[in-house]
Amino acid sequence: MPSPKRIGKITFGLLSPKEIRTMSVRKIIWADTYDDDGFPYPQGLMDLALGVIDPGLRCKTCDQKAADCPGHFGHIELAKPVIHVGYTRLIRKLLRVTCRSCGRLLLSPDEIQKVSLTADDELGGEVLTEKDIKKERACPHCGELQLKVNFEKPTTFSEVLLEEGRKSEHKLTPADIRARLERIPPSDLRLLGINPDVARPEWTVLTVLPVPPVTMRPSIILENGQRSEDDLTHKLVDIIRINQRFKENQDAGAPQLIIEDLWELLQYHVTTYLDNEVAGCPPARHRSGRPLKTLSQRLKGKDGRFRGSLSGKRVNFSARTVISPNPNLSVTEVGVPLSIAVEMTVPVRVTTHNLEEMREFVLRGPERRTLRDPCGANYVIRPDKRRLRLGGDNLETIAEQLEPGYTVERQLRDGDIVLFNRQPSLHRMSIMAHRIKVMDGKTFRLNPAVCPPYNADFDGDEMNLHVPQTEEARAEAAILIAVQENILSPRFGGPIIGGIHDHISGIFMLTHDLRWFTKSEVLYLLKYGEIDHLPEPGRIDEDGTPRWSNKQVFSMILPSDLNMVFRASSCVNCDECRHVDCERDAYVRIVDGQLVSGTVDKKAIGAFDGAILNRIIRRFGMDRASRFIDDVTKLSIRAIMIDGFSFGIDDEDLSRTEHGQIEEELARAKDDVERRIRIFEEGQLEPMPGRTPEETLEMQIMQVLGKARDRTGEIAGRHLGLGNSAVLMAVSGARGSMLNLTQMAGCIGQQSVRGERIMRGYEERTLPHYRRRDRGADAHGFILHSYKEGLSPTEFFFHAIGGREGLVDTAVRTSQSGYLQRRLINALQDLKVAYDGTVRTTMGRIIQYHYGEDGTDPMKGSFGDPVDVKGIVESVLKEEV
Amino acid sequence: MSIKLNVLDHVMVPDHQVMSADEVQALLERYSITFEQLPKIYHDDAAVKQIGGKVGDVIRVIRQSQTAGIAEAYRLVIRRPKK
Repeated sequence: MPSPKRIGKITFGLLSPKEIRTMSVRKIIWADTYDDDGFPYPQGLMDLALGVIDPGLRCKTCDQKAADCPGHFGHIELAKPVIHVGYTRLIRKLLRVTCRSCGRLLLSPDEIQKVSLTADDELGGEVLTEKDIKKERACPHCGELQLKVNFEKPTTFSEVLLEEGRKSEHKLTPADIRARLERIPPSDLRLLGINPDVARPEWTVLTVLPVPPVTMRPSIILENGQRSEDDLTHKLVDIIRINQRFKENQDAGAPQLIIEDLWELLQYHVTTYLDNEVAGCPPARHRSGRPLKTLSQRLKGKDGRFRGSLSGKRVNFSARTVISPNPNLSVTEVGVPLSIAVEMTVPVRVTTHNLEEMREFVLRGPERRTLRDPCGANYVIRPDKRRLRLGGDNLETIAEQLEPGYTVERQLRDGDIVLFNRQPSLHRMSIMAHRIKVMDGKTFRLNPAVCPPYNADFDGDEMNLHVPQTEEARAEAAILIAVQENILSPRFGGPIIGGIHDHISGIFMLTHDLRWFTKSEVLYLLKYGEIDHLPEPGRIDEDGTPRWSNKQVFSMILPSDLNMVFRASSCVNCDECRHVDCERDAYVRIVDGQLVSGTVDKKAIGAFDGAILNRIIRRFGMDRASRFIDDVTKLSIRAIMIDGFSFGIDDEDLSRTEHGQIEEELARAKDDVERRIRIFEEGQLEPMPGRTPEETLEMQIMQVLGKARDRTGEIAGRHLGLGNSAVLMAVSGARGSMLNLTQMAGCIGQQSVRGERIMRGYEERTLPHYRRRDRGADAHGFILHSYKEGLSPTEFFFHAIGGREGLVDTAVRTSQSGYLQRRLINALQDLKVAYDGTVRTTMGRIIQYHYGEDGTDPMKGSFGDPVDVKGIVESVLKEEV
Repeated sequence: MSIKLNVLDHVMVPDHQVMSADEVQALLERYSITFEQLPKIYHDDAAVKQIGGKVGDVIRVIRQSQTAGIAEAYRLVIRRPKK
């Protein structure tokens, strides 16, 4: 490898006509590309001196074949100068700050002193701007009166003449402009921040156009044998054609009008050749009507050269398919379809120690029919870097040749480490290293507990998989990127991997209150795991059958010396906590790895919360924690299967009494609203401080209706106890909330737009169903039915209004936060914490003197605090502190 | 005659001090950095003007920190570019 070199400096400048001609290998004059025999015209756009793309031909300039010839520039001599669209703003500025006759800066030496007083840099320090020059004045050098310069998009400049009080515009031709720019002296250019040695301003007006090599505008041969030229070639053909016609007309002495038209046409073609999306200029189109993709379009935007080809590249050794769940896998594993495992490879160097094993791989070859077959190999790389494809009849011969120095590209097998990724990759847990498990089927399989860091679900999501190709990469993957190293999120220092949905419902159903299982039930729950001894049964029935409690079963998967006390999600923060005697069984107490009381739910094992999980990580490390997650997911899935878990329309049924109560409640609320409206209309309403009476009324109505809705929810909730699946899910934190249940069984409540009742629609009313100026609850979007009962037509309409706002909000939010994220990442991506604790850029510039000012890693601390004092004390005292 | 506002008296403005040459030397050595690698502050920053910092000086900023109680930062005074 050549030693790396440091770039000293980069100079940016303009291409001068002289340089363009020097680098050109051929003057192009013919607009045609290929003749009838398919051979390029000399001095045409596909001239062989510009490089070759057809295999077999040799470049006339460098005498190399298509693969080696980099291509060479040509040039077109333009009949008259034209403006380069990319520099119109610079030209406008220069025309406005310099004299129209002598070309000097419109400032006297004193004024220059004043404006650029601070000029101590080599390039003149402060750069002059248009604002530094006063309008409408005479040149301080030659006394010439200055005219206003107008600029009209895309490329037209004109001077405004004042004749007898009337304004008249006089167009400046590119030739005039070029002449004026030529007159600007070098010393004045330096004051404007331009280095005249590398960028004379007149070079922004083109007199000669470079023709890019054919290699960057290759023509493709269609299936029917026809040639199809690149968009750039098409545009160059246009330019040359007009240029030729222009020249002929000029030589023939055509009238001024025709010359001007042709000049403008040439300007149009050169403009669109450079940038086909200029404002005020119709884009040049292909015959099919598709706008041409010209120079600027090749660079710009998401699929442009920078963001598309340089920052984002496609890679080999990657796979992508749909994902689906499999709770029997460990969180650290990923299920890979056999068809992918046989296609992807890991290179293994042949040594004296593994020679025999490698021979076996090679002998097996690329065929692998069933999961049970051992993995084979797809390629062998000889010491001379030659790559041999295995297959057919060459297996034995190649296996025979194998000796140290060879490399065998072996297929994937169980236990190989791979990187697994889901877009958008918003944080570092979006890419984690898993161990492979080769499986049947066509999807990647993963444990649902790793869904939260990827933000994945199984409604058709696809994920990518990358196979590291070197020992170093595999070591990094195993040590830094592995799933168990990423259980804690650096965002808040808590576990981001943990039970979701059914895991939480299941573990809640298992551990809630006291239940007693027979031996066969206990074994059913725990049979997957590595548990070798059952504890003493907690109780022995009168008939002598030993029974184990549900809490004992859960304790089996806890580390034996775990001590902690906390309150579960189902805790409602009573005024006085009854601790172990909690009637909701929400006071969780674990002593020496035994669950003494309380229910395990979202707070204990859920992703983002996971108190037990968090404590296990701190006390016993990441590997124990990932084992605990595996155990919890498997145990909870079995637990949920004991009783079964489902939800149907009849789970929202209420008895006649509840319906009566709800109706009563809503009627009362309606009366209350009407009463308040009456008070308001009589002018008796006392406005709240800083509010108008109307606003006060609105707030009161919203409050009354909100309370009424909540009360219907309470009525429904009282009827539907923990036996109801929706209630169980809401209480355990698995999914949904009591509000969702309220809306299903009780009353949907007020629909709102921008936090207010729905006010828009017709004049002074929302819908023609209501009287004008009706302020009642139902006229402004209060829905008194539940989802189960069904909505009235007006209610349905209001619901759609509220629903639409929600959709628009999410759509806008995601795009905005995406862009915000992109900018943030672009600014921060190269910062790192150095060994001395400082945060630095790649150049060693200091951003922060001590990371986060206290130098703590959020993953090592405890929710913001450097040391988890409470946790340590709890572990020792085995009591709540 | 108006009384000039001292921005340093404002509760939201942290303490700014101009560092001596020796202190700066020690600072650069402590972090093994050059002047260029220091964070920057403009010469016309209200607090810098108040304490009379000149271009090329290094300012010590002593902040109340949410995480560390008190945190110090050091910034090099540079001229504000136009525009």
